[in-house]
Amino acid sequence: MSDDNHVLAANGLQVYFRVKVGGKRANVRAVDGVTLGLERGVSTGVVGESGSGKTTLGKALMKLVKPTAGSVLFKGKDVSKLSRSEFKKYRRSVQMVFQDPFDSIDPLFTVHDAVAEGLRILGVYSDRAELDQAVYRALETVRLVPAEDYAKRRITSLSGGQRQRVGVARAIAMNPEVVILDEPVSMLDASVKGEIINVMGQLKSVGKTFMMITHDISTVRFFTERVAVMYLGKVVEVGPTDEVVNEPLHPYTQALVAAVPVPDPSQKVKSLAQGEIPNAIAPPPGCRFHPRCPLAQEICRREEPLLREVRPGRYAACHFAQ
Amino acid sequence: MLVSQTRAIGVEGLNVEFYTPRGALRAVNDVSFEVYEGESLGIVGESGSGKTTLASAIIRVLPSNARSWGRVTVYGKDLGSMSESQLNREVRWRVISYVPQASQNALDPLYRVGDQFVETVRAHTDMSEKQVLEKASELLKHVGVDPSKLNSYPWELSGGQKQRVMIALALLLSPKIVILDEPTTAMDTIIQAQILEMFRQLKQFERLTTIFISHDISVIANVADRVGVMYAGRLVEIGPVEDVFGRPLHPYTQGLLRSVPDIRRKDGSFGYIPGSPPDLVNPPSGCPFHPRCSYAVEICRKLMPPMELYAKDHYAACHVISSRKDLGLG
Repeated sequence: MSDDNHVLAANGLQVYFRVKVGGKRANVRAVDGVTLGLERGVSTGVVGESGSGKTTLGKALMKLVKPTAGSVLFKGKDVSKLSRSEFKKYRRSVQMVFQDPFDSIDPLFTVHDAVAEGLRILGVYSDRAELDQAVYRALETVRLVPAEDYAKRRITSLSGGQRQRVGVARAIAMNPEVVILDEPVSMLDASVKGEIINVMGQLKSVGKTFMMITHDISTVRFFTERVAVMYLGKVVEVGPTDEVVNEPLHPYTQALVAAVPVPDPSQKVKSLAQGEIPNAIAPPPGCRFHPRCPLAQEICRREEPLLREVRPGRYAACHFAQ
Repeated sequence: MLVSQTRAIGVEGLNVEFYTPRGALRAVNDVSFEVYEGESLGIVGESGSGKTTLASAIIRVLPSNARSWGRVTVYGKDLGSMSESQLNREVRWRVISYVPQASQNALDPLYRVGDQFVETVRAHTDMSEKQVLEKASELLKHVGVDPSKLNSYPWELSGGQKQRVMIALALLLSPKIVILDEPTTAMDTIIQAQILEMFRQLKQFERLTTIFISHDISVIANVADRVGVMYAGRLVEIGPVEDVFGRPLHPYTQGLLRSVPDIRRKDGSFGYIPGSPPDLVNPPSGCPFHPRCSYAVEICRKLMPPMELYAKDHYAACHVISSRKDLGLG
């Protein structure tokens, strides 16, 4: 599933964190064998609950954490084997917007400082006027106008929605090919979420490749064309977002979709999966979802199902999906 | 319908002001509503709208830099006339329980779950330790936790289990009313669905009256019979949940509903309300929503609109509703 069309891809990626439990060494298997490619110009959602490994996957794609095994491919090349100049290109081309706009930007910064930070570190512009123009262009893209006025303001004088727009602007200022969004709107109030989503929607139309990491499948439905569903370090389902939401193939995805509340009192949530996500230190044998799965059979306790193409373009890791 | 005509809670002209270094901040502003026995009232609003302060004011657990006035009655009794010790003996836990936001994190890690039940209600009941534990184990079964967990420490429980324990704790002295503040916030979707299903079952068993506070409209749609919408400390709309969500009247409620991602919908617009909520130390004149409202006219800048009845049990506070043809009001 990794080909030339993929601007960024995980290939058999594993990320384990070493921990001590009761004096004994153990591994938290945060990401445990994920192969997933981002097609150029297509927005991909990565959906999962806390503990699914979705944020670690995003960090590994950004090379913020080191893979235990497997690789990250940027335009087909292993990022751990890039030359100095190629690596610099990758650093600039893959940007991330973080969850908390109050936490991820230095509160002492002006808006200009925040947006220019990455450009300065990589020495993109030697000329001050050019740097200013790049900052203003980014601010205009996220509709913080007049950009010259906003550039002078302190980060602390902005509302949450405005701060997150600065978060998007500082990623965009680098003119990246790929933008990884880690829960970009989950900290924001309902009435301003749409503002950020719409700003990013416009960037989609100019050919940026987005990956949206979130627990919120409703936002993914709105924003992405493809979706990968993660459970306990593994991708359990991949496919076109509409099809996955309308007719999920994996029992975990089915439970997730049925659990999403909608703003309509005539439709109540259904709880299809019992219990909670187990510990990633000792995941259940066989299919990792089997202890919570309403459809689990004997084989599920023994044999791990592989991600397979169940229908054209639709992948699921379940012995019984069809 | 389980709802009777007995008024469980009455709130009349309730105000809460905080003293801050920047000046007085009116967090709750002239709020009035009623909750009937057996009913679930949802209160929805964004951060800073005053919904949590409203709950603390009803049960009188406001911080010391706050001052409140107005009237709160519980089954006709005026809570304002009661002393602190009288409230503890006669009202809190026994008639009305409060489950604050993120309270599951307040369980003491050094005590077993069973001990927390015993300790928490000691000041409010004459029940023996044995009686408390018996009742606790029965309630844990009700909320879907194995009673053997009474012997566990809080850190041995998952987040979902802890929240269920908090709800069982709130029900220990068989209160008639429970106020829940963001009880499913920060929970994973599947766990949230389990808890929401549990609430629906509890209501059928216990004939509880609940006030359910959340920033999440879709969560409210799952649990409330009626819903009140708060903005900048004011109640701006209240009515039956089908009606308020199906035919919202206040421009703020309409904007909020358009901003909610809905998994059933792919297209259409993902709306938002321009601007952000006002600074409550220096609130706007007139209607607090007017700076963000696309319908605002001159009077909105001058005068706070009163709550008025527009459909059966459906009230809203807006000057322009009666002149709007698009709402289809007779």
